[in-house]
Amino acid sequence: MPDIPAVEFTAVSRHFGAVRAVDGVDLTIAEGSFFAMLGPSGSGKTTCLRLISGFEVPTAGTIRILGQDVGRVPPNRRNVNTVFQDYALFPHLSVRDNVAYGLMVKGVDRARRLTRADEMLALVKLEGYGDRRPAQLSGGQRQRVALARALINEPRVLLLDEPLGALDLKLREAMQDELKALQHRLGITFVFVTHDQSEALSMADHLAVFNEGRIAQIGTPAEVYARPRTRFVADFVGSSNVLPPEVAARLGGPAAWASLRPEALRLAPAAGAALTGPVVATRYLGAGSRVVVRLPGTDLAALVPAGQPLPAEGETVGLTFAPADLHPMEGER
Amino acid sequence: MTVPAPAILPARGAGDRIGALFWRHPRLLLALLLAPPLAWLGVVYLGSLAALLLQSFYSIDEFSGVIVREFTLKTYGELFRAQNLDIILRTLAMSAAVTLACAVIAFPIAYFAARYARGRWKALFYLGVMLPLWSSYLVKVYAWKLILAKEGILGWAAERTGTTFLIDAALALPGVGGNSLSTSLLGTFIVFVYVWLPYMILPLQAALERVPLSMLEAAADLGASRAQVFRTVILPLALPGAIAGSIFTFSLTMGDYIIPQIVGTSARFIGLAVYQLQGTAGNLPLAAAFAVVPILVMLVYLTVARRKGAFDAL
Repeated sequence: MPDIPAVEFTAVSRHFGAVRAVDGVDLTIAEGSFFAMLGPSGSGKTTCLRLISGFEVPTAGTIRILGQDVGRVPPNRRNVNTVFQDYALFPHLSVRDNVAYGLMVKGVDRARRLTRADEMLALVKLEGYGDRRPAQLSGGQRQRVALARALINEPRVLLLDEPLGALDLKLREAMQDELKALQHRLGITFVFVTHDQSEALSMADHLAVFNEGRIAQIGTPAEVYARPRTRFVADFVGSSNVLPPEVAARLGGPAAWASLRPEALRLAPAAGAALTGPVVATRYLGAGSRVVVRLPGTDLAALVPAGQPLPAEGETVGLTFAPADLHPMEGER
Repeated sequence: MTVPAPAILPARGAGDRIGALFWRHPRLLLALLLAPPLAWLGVVYLGSLAALLLQSFYSIDEFSGVIVREFTLKTYGELFRAQNLDIILRTLAMSAAVTLACAVIAFPIAYFAARYARGRWKALFYLGVMLPLWSSYLVKVYAWKLILAKEGILGWAAERTGTTFLIDAALALPGVGGNSLSTSLLGTFIVFVYVWLPYMILPLQAALERVPLSMLEAAADLGASRAQVFRTVILPLALPGAIAGSIFTFSLTMGDYIIPQIVGTSARFIGLAVYQLQGTAGNLPLAAAFAVVPILVMLVYLTVARRKGAFDAL
């Protein structure tokens, strides 16, 4: 089978009046991948998702789903389904009827579609909940219903809009694992939108970082994390020390904006260290502590693993790092 | 040296002390707030309703015209006389027709207001819906009499546009037609629809406002056509609003006795019958029995609506 991408954007823009929500985006999402669109609110990631589902129409550019131009295809005829941020379950229907909705509008007979709905509910571990109303479910359960409802049509691409945003931390972590497992099992393309970089890093196999309507970087989570292309990406994905060119040059790198991850920095005795400075802040993080050291011209945050002795505030310490961890970036934001 | 602030601040007068009392006894405030309206409802409203019900079980002595204060179902039996049954059925049919027409006309307006109107347009919507309610009901009804009269503006406009045949065709309809719109049941219907329309628009709009856009998108996303989205999502979710509106339009039409007097035929409606029976005829028991009919109809209507799941989306 030739490699037809699940979703392909070619120079896609979506402008709302003067606002360029999506501005010249080129994007290829391989079939079977778990793809994250990551960015702050207003960066265009949700608009991109809605362009795929058909709830937005591009101002310019072409969108292909499985190789087919969907420019003139309304949402109900696209073989993609969406898990909405607020789940958008129908309050007047039972959970089973909610899940069976996609088959109902296709005219599948009642007995068949309800059996199928029960199978989908089993898939999301909600057996026995079919007769309830959405209002009687918890947030996590509602999300599973939304998932089952979106999957019953056997879409080739599943879109998830901030799927875990409304859940509390514990549930979110459990759902992350489950979504991952589900995607593995079904083998279909998952595209999800999130503003949570840790969620994107842990779930996706590819991600696109959005900023101001454009894609700042596309790659695997490891690539994006280790080699952020722009200052924005370095700042938004994980936390990073973003160094101006003169500081980067002084630390031994090229004279360009550079990123230095806190975990790449090690504390060392002040005596004999090339970089020394006073500790200006420490913050306990559980698995470690973040120590901010003031150097001439910049503050550097270092991650000190738990168990290692912490310097007191005001104490002068030394810092070391491997030169390869100083990653130069493009000058643009 | 400043004196450190005390843990408890001094009370500032009686207001703070009463506030503290309510804070310690939250139900006290609720009781004080609810007592006057409940007393009003309980004594004045329910009391007079009970008195009315009681009256309906008395009868009138047909020779002397004196009310016989003995329990009997005779008066209710009279409701089933042909002429009285006629009144009841005519009223029910009119109420149902008015309600249906109001719902059909109100829906697009309410949908527009709920889905698309923002800011200034929304204000304009509310103004447009409420404005007619600010002027006297009687003035509006008399205005309609003039509009609908044979020499009225409607007839004049029809003549000028050569569409008089449309009015003539409507007036030729058996049962509801007549000499002119202002002296036909069709005219009564038009005026009823006009005066009660706001009471249908507002609850319908409130119900539609609570339907998030994402729900309509979810339906389309799952493959529903526009007609299917309307039938399977919008309509069921708007239904509680339509029922709420229909309670207004239905019961207001059933109880009205002024519009049929001003616009329409001499055919009587329940409200008019009650008005005449308790006034000129002095037959209070039969008037009371007539007045019970709308109450029963509404009870049956609401029970059926609830059974059918009309309130499930609430």
